[in-house]
Amino acid sequence: MQTPAPTDYVRATSVANAIALLEEHGEEARILAGGHSLLPMMKLRIARPEMLIDINDLDELRGIRVEGDELVLGAMVTHREVLESPILSEHYAVFREAEKVIADPLVRNRGTVGGSMCQADPSEDLSALGAALRGTVVIQNSSGSRTVPLREFHEGPYETKVGPAEMLTEVRFPIRPGAGSAYEKVERRVGDWAVCSAGVFVTVKDGVVADCGIGLTAVGAEHFCAPDAEAFLIGKAPTEENLRAAAKLAGDASDPSSDQRGPADYKKHLAEELTFRALTRAAAASQGA
Amino acid sequence: MTAVEEVPISAAGNPIGFGNMKRVEDQRFVRGQGNYVDDVNLPGMLHSAILRSPFAHAKINGIDTSAAEALPGVVAVLTGAALEGIPRPSLLGDNFAWMPTLSYDTQAVLATDKVRFQGQEVAFVIATDRYIAKDALELIEVDYEPLEPVMDAKRAMDPDAPVIRDDKGQTDNSITDVHGAKTWESGNAIGTAEAIAAAEADPDCVVVTQEIMYPRVHPSPMETCASVAQMDKVTGQLTLWTTSQAPHAHRTVYAMVAGLPEHKIRVISPDVGGGFGNKVGVYPGYVLSILGSIVTGKPVKWVEDRNENLVSTSFARDYHMTGKIAATKEGKILAVDVDVLADHGAFNGVAQPTNYPAGFFHIFSGSYDYPNAHCKVTPVYTNKAPGGVAYACSFRITEAVYLIERMVDMLAAELEMDPAELRLKNLLRPEQFPYTSPTGWVYDSGQYELTMREAMRIAGYDELRREQAEKRARGEYMGIGISFFTEGVGAGPRKDMDILGLGMADGIELRVHPTGKAVLRLSVQSQGQGHETSYAQIVAHELGIAPEDIEVVHGDTDQTPFGLGTYGSRSTPVSGAAAAVVSRKVKDKARLVAAAALECSPDDLEWELGRWKVKGDPERGKTIQEIALLSHGSLELPEGVEGHLEAMTVYNPPNLTYPYGCYICVVDVDPGTGQVKVRRFIAVDDCGTRINPMIVEGQVHGGLADGIGMALMELIAFDEDGNCLGGSFMDYLLPTAMECPDYELGETVTPSPHHPIGAKGVGESATVGSPPAVVNAVVDAISPFGVRHADMPLTPANVWRAIQGRPVRVDLAVE
Repeated sequence: MQTPAPTDYVRATSVANAIALLEEHGEEARILAGGHSLLPMMKLRIARPEMLIDINDLDELRGIRVEGDELVLGAMVTHREVLESPILSEHYAVFREAEKVIADPLVRNRGTVGGSMCQADPSEDLSALGAALRGTVVIQNSSGSRTVPLREFHEGPYETKVGPAEMLTEVRFPIRPGAGSAYEKVERRVGDWAVCSAGVFVTVKDGVVADCGIGLTAVGAEHFCAPDAEAFLIGKAPTEENLRAAAKLAGDASDPSSDQRGPADYKKHLAEELTFRALTRAAAASQGA
Repeated sequence: MTAVEEVPISAAGNPIGFGNMKRVEDQRFVRGQGNYVDDVNLPGMLHSAILRSPFAHAKINGIDTSAAEALPGVVAVLTGAALEGIPRPSLLGDNFAWMPTLSYDTQAVLATDKVRFQGQEVAFVIATDRYIAKDALELIEVDYEPLEPVMDAKRAMDPDAPVIRDDKGQTDNSITDVHGAKTWESGNAIGTAEAIAAAEADPDCVVVTQEIMYPRVHPSPMETCASVAQMDKVTGQLTLWTTSQAPHAHRTVYAMVAGLPEHKIRVISPDVGGGFGNKVGVYPGYVLSILGSIVTGKPVKWVEDRNENLVSTSFARDYHMTGKIAATKEGKILAVDVDVLADHGAFNGVAQPTNYPAGFFHIFSGSYDYPNAHCKVTPVYTNKAPGGVAYACSFRITEAVYLIERMVDMLAAELEMDPAELRLKNLLRPEQFPYTSPTGWVYDSGQYELTMREAMRIAGYDELRREQAEKRARGEYMGIGISFFTEGVGAGPRKDMDILGLGMADGIELRVHPTGKAVLRLSVQSQGQGHETSYAQIVAHELGIAPEDIEVVHGDTDQTPFGLGTYGSRSTPVSGAAAAVVSRKVKDKARLVAAAALECSPDDLEWELGRWKVKGDPERGKTIQEIALLSHGSLELPEGVEGHLEAMTVYNPPNLTYPYGCYICVVDVDPGTGQVKVRRFIAVDDCGTRINPMIVEGQVHGGLADGIGMALMELIAFDEDGNCLGGSFMDYLLPTAMECPDYELGETVTPSPHHPIGAKGVGESATVGSPPAVVNAVVDAISPFGVRHADMPLTPANVWRAIQGRPVRVDLAVE
């Protein structure tokens, strides 16, 4: 049995209350959402917050909806809700494809979108997805809220723009009619973190790529994206040759380190290979294939 | 195959004998009503935690426990220095800081001079609850002076390598066994060397050489190790609830370690949540809970967490093997030679029979007919966790089978011959049994070709090869892997096999109550094998008593006869035989009682299941239930026949049993990512008589999952600083249902001629047989890239690097 260090616990009654509690308890307080990263870290005593602020009662943070030309996910939307959402699937296949390979059903049942984004694991699948779709997050504090592009959200491994007395409340994604999207992941075993994942969308219009986004996780790509590869593809026909060339640039955007998931050269290869595979399927989907 | 006998069905719907029957123990397990060590809670019980070394190799300059002792709720803090101060009146040393291992080495209970592996036990905190005990660990100050760790078995052999066991006055890292030997050999060294040299010189022959690593893996039972010790100072009685696969052997070891009188020790193994060899050894935690209870006068509970279990308890494998196989170009195997460097970690904790320091590894000559085989095994100390017993290995047969089955596949590749054809050419033939192998084993029985052809039939082998050829032409990479394995299980005989001097024979007691219900008391210990069901079926088969009328008692040294416990697939071969023999003793006595009651000669009686009847007058007879009542009643019994109906026996197996099987694995490999998908797995096992086929199939399913896990993902590696890289289930990957296909099982039945019911044991067959089938399949799939061998685990990265011709060294940190 694992035994975390002593900690206190409080249930927030509203977002404002949660932020007030954060201000009151300072840096040793942590927000408890799904708890599927925080609790294991506490059990191993890697994390030892003195106060847990449980936000599971905050219904204002739940729900998936369309607002104008954006998809809006509350911070407490679970992975399972993303996986099963007809709204998300209607606009992007990549949500379902990515969620199918995130962790396992137990984690997906409780783990949340906001929690995953704030944990900011360098192998987080939703980070690749969010970067590919050029999503934004809404961060709230006691004086109001602000919107931050996901491509500017990460400050480094496990570090984000969310400050000490702040909360991520929403994740937003632009709707792109005609876009195709796809997710490719290599893991050592079901439920493991990615060795490398690539999530992409491609919009093909008049035979050329009008828009695209490429997200990569677990391979050290800056802000989980590959902008040079995206720029290369715009205006080009989605031929195998062009997609290969773009994928090569995506590989170049990665800067992986060796660990037990694999040596760096392999991960770099995967960044390229998986980007190519995802681009191929997304371009085909955009063209109605 | 033998015809299936008609088995009568009991009132509860169970077979009165062999056949499928739901496991009686599952009633409590599926309801969450099992009783594990952590469920044991005693009045006044204290809790404990172990401080473990963060370093793989470091000198201890001092330990300050004062802050921990001052924490409210902490009752005592023990260190190695404190244990050195407790005199121990025993044969095995003079204080409690060190304890014997199962292979005549010593192991620190708590480190005194140095720590020798990461995770080694350094201090023991006893507190009023588990959280306080863990909090107190953080308050203990240890002054470590880091030393160069030795994490590579090859490095350990260097003359300038740091000496790990300076406590024993060693000047190098070699391991000397109880017989004084530093290496251990078996087989015909000269004949094998000559045969290989001759083959090398002969243009009609080939010799294939390969270095093969069987990396370190961990048993990972669902329940970690735990104990609750209660020392009653008034009666002098020690009761220990513990996760043990061998309660009786453990009791004797505690008597020797603690100098306590054995009759004052009671070891209870309640439900054990998986063992796989992990719970054969005696760990410092068990000993510390005993010492803790002696020191505090209160019961002390110790329960490992998952990380502790992974980093400090018994591992398996860690064999660096170099194999050489010689054959004619027609595919007739001539000789096999193997040189092994065996990494035993910091303390030699292997649990092998004394005369077999490398276990039964020398069964590596396999299932094939050739005259010359030889192996040499050199064990070394490294700064890794000790052990080496573990993980369904049948005493190193896992490594042996992997070695020969990989070598045979490489030979097939060299000869450009189908690996099935090569095996069929060399398999032992039925008329050769009993067969004496080149390393001295006497295989009891087998119909190898029949079994192999059955596996090929189920697989549709020829069709699979056609499919593979078509796919290769399209640039798709599927692989077909075969393994044919022979195990030797069921140790003893006791004259050849002992552990720490305890002969490997097992006692059993059967008592039939007056109403005809029975209780069977076993020395072996279930960790999930279903003994409470299958042993009742053995008695039912022999006596005709319904299984539901037979209570099987195990796991308590006060309630069961002495025996060596459950590991190395020995329960059914040894204790299962004992159950049949003791039943027959009861049956023989029942005959005398029945004859007295029927006023006839015992010779006039014949047995039908559950009843002695008069020959030629079948209406006259007595059922076993009637006889049970008569034997407890007032019937006048013949001269020399005592009342009651019970018997005991100690079964000393005349030989090992030799279960075998043929496995075929089909995989699809994505060369772009290195991902392996196990598409099909065909397993045909011949374990002799099947007592409960459903339990056999369950064992096979588990073992196949285990083998797929080892072949594809499981690994305990270390970085150069000595950090264990497999210390959690995020790092030590176990397979899930998603990685395992629907298994396709088959059987042949070749009973063991020397076992009373012809059973051979099957607990480890699938774990032993499946890894080479998976690896052979993956290597077959990527052979178009020129790959002949790749070491486990075949993770996507390792497969991709093998395809690139730049294989990784799997036992060290990936660079």
